[in-house]
Amino acid sequence: MTRKIVIDPVTRVEGHGKVTIHLDDEGNVSESRLHIVEFRGFERFVQGRPYWEAPVLVQRLCGICPVSHHLAAAKAMDVVVGAGTGDGLTPTAEKIRRLMHYGQIFQSHSLHFFHLASPDLLFGYDAAPETRNVIGVALANRELATQAVLMRKYGQEVIAATAGKKIHGTGAIPGGVNKSLTPEERDTLLQGGGGPLNAGQMVEWSQGALAFFKDYYKKHKEFIDGFSRFPSNHLSLVRKDGALDLYHGVLRAVDADGKRILDDVDPQDYLDHFREEVKPWSFMKFPYLKKLGPENGWYRVGPLARLNTADFIPTPLAQAEFEAYRAATGGRPNDRCMHTHWARLIEVLHAAECMRDLLNDPDILGGDLTVKGTRQAAGVGLLEAPRGTLFHHYRVGDDDLIQMANLIVSTTNNNEPMNRAVNHVARAMLTGVKEITEGMLNAVEVAIRAYDPCLSCATHAYGRMPLEVTVFDAAGRLVSQRRK
Amino acid sequence: MSPKAAPAKKIVATTSLAGCFGCHMSLLDIDERLFDLIELVEFHKSPIDDIKTFTKECDIGLVEGGCCNDENVHVLKEFRRHCKTLVAVGECAIMGGLPAMRNTIPLKECLDEAYLGGATVADCNPGRVIPCDPDIPKILNRVYPCHEVVKMDYFLPGCPPSADLIWDALVALVSGKELALEYRTFKFD
Ligand code: SF4
Repeated sequence: MTRKIVIDPVTRVEGHGKVTIHLDDEGNVSESRLHIVEFRGFERFVQGRPYWEAPVLVQRLCGICPVSHHLAAAKAMDVVVGAGTGDGLTPTAEKIRRLMHYGQIFQSHSLHFFHLASPDLLFGYDAAPETRNVIGVALANRELATQAVLMRKYGQEVIAATAGKKIHGTGAIPGGVNKSLTPEERDTLLQGGGGPLNAGQMVEWSQGALAFFKDYYKKHKEFIDGFSRFPSNHLSLVRKDGALDLYHGVLRAVDADGKRILDDVDPQDYLDHFREEVKPWSFMKFPYLKKLGPENGWYRVGPLARLNTADFIPTPLAQAEFEAYRAATGGRPNDRCMHTHWARLIEVLHAAECMRDLLNDPDILGGDLTVKGTRQAAGVGLLEAPRGTLFHHYRVGDDDLIQMANLIVSTTNNNEPMNRAVNHVARAMLTGVKEITEGMLNAVEVAIRAYDPCLSCATHAYGRMPLEVTVFDAAGRLVSQRRK
Repeated sequence: MSPKAAPAKKIVATTSLAGCFGCHMSLLDIDERLFDLIELVEFHKSPIDDIKTFTKECDIGLVEGGCCNDENVHVLKEFRRHCKTLVAVGECAIMGGLPAMRNTIPLKECLDEAYLGGATVADCNPGRVIPCDPDIPKILNRVYPCHEVVKMDYFLPGCPPSADLIWDALVALVSGKELALEYRTFKFD
């Protein structure tokens, strides 16, 4: 009897993504698929809009990390207005944008860790679903929950100060920014007006979150090390000298052994190196490195990948944590899915250090905000969004209207790895089973969630993804159904 | 927060249809007031928890996003059926928002551009594959604002509505008071 199992992570009817698993006559997993069920058509409908609208329009694809799209589009339009390909902005503009971006990394990563990961760590993966969410955290551990809320709040305040608004701001414009900080704004963010919302406290709390994770790791080493582990390539931007840099850099990819398979590639040349495959069963495309083809050229992006491609982290506290993290895998590329949480928290600390340092830099008060040069016909803007490398590419006509847009968003880059993760876990848990248990659902869910998928750039926003598994027999009759 | 002999908490459900989750994020931006909120209301079906199907009737339904596929329509009708008061939160729910920019363009052109014409697919999709499968929903010819599909009771303007506005609206709805929307809340980018 051929069976098909449907796992709908975000409920059968309102999902942005769902999983189907096909079993053969022997009950073995023959195929599994993660379907992305959203389609917007942005690439087409942005055509004909003036180029300066792109940074404000495109962020509305994703309200969870809108700053990433805002900045990637602005970076592409920098190229179009002749402001150079990353080093042409005024120091004030570049630093205000970096501050905005690190505020974004900080709030998005904090949200993920506290709202998604901490309920699992606090209550265990098998706790009752009603308690395993952020409200449960608030009720069980008010201190942790308060920290979570305030860390996110701080990141959002930094974004509001630099972009003008917490969600969907307008701060970055082609060639620079439209505001810098006033001394009062700077002082408030640095000192928090005497309250906890100050730059130093954020560094401290980030260290606290790391300690919380490492303590959990010590007690659950086998699970954290072994769960859904498989080799892959890893891709990210790195600074020219190999440092972790989330705002700007060159493209680097390493394979499962750490060998560089792409290095020192200028983002403007991305088209020479990347292609995407289209599959009929998902609206999300499957990117790959052109020279290796779709079969071998797929790669992971995000915190895990970044800490595999970068040589070092240019802030001291995060660097010390990075060294310990690297030592855990003997310096080899880390392919342990659950270590993504660890990598993410190291980046939270790095973001806190960067924000503090930028706030202490007088350039962020400067008045020299934009530059302009010779108008170009096209531009590419790349950056490391919280979930990984984000590609924006535009062509603009002489009439200043956009003619072509091509986006590869972070979660799309992780499409193949997430499918592999589902397949990996499905094979391990479901092969030959007659009855689907809660534990099996958990496993599939945990594997997907480690990638922090932003399906529609989003579905995981607040809490856990509800799951539904349905088993049909060959005639399409319902055999068994389980939800949680 | 909860007075003595407290009446049963109002029950709130939320959903994101063809939205960007920014309106949900703005709800989170009420920050410390989240702790007051969970004293004030009980969350039922919402991305905030694990409850995926309506098992009871709700007092307030918050809807982000309009309808761009058949699943959105289904969810919105479910919300209408189970929520006494239904609120369109944000530009997308009220007018269709950014996703509705495709309404002036034939859907086929949007699909062609994404899967056949795009810079990273144009020379490597020889089978001219465009996603279409029983396991993915049907896309509607255009994006519909919520009130064109079901009756909506209230509208909260903004993209997203500010956290303060969402908070004031929730408090007003819970306490049964009218909320006066200031002129400036209608003026947003
Ligand atoms: S109204 Fe704005 S913030 Fe809300 S879902 Fe739509 S685009 Fe996002």
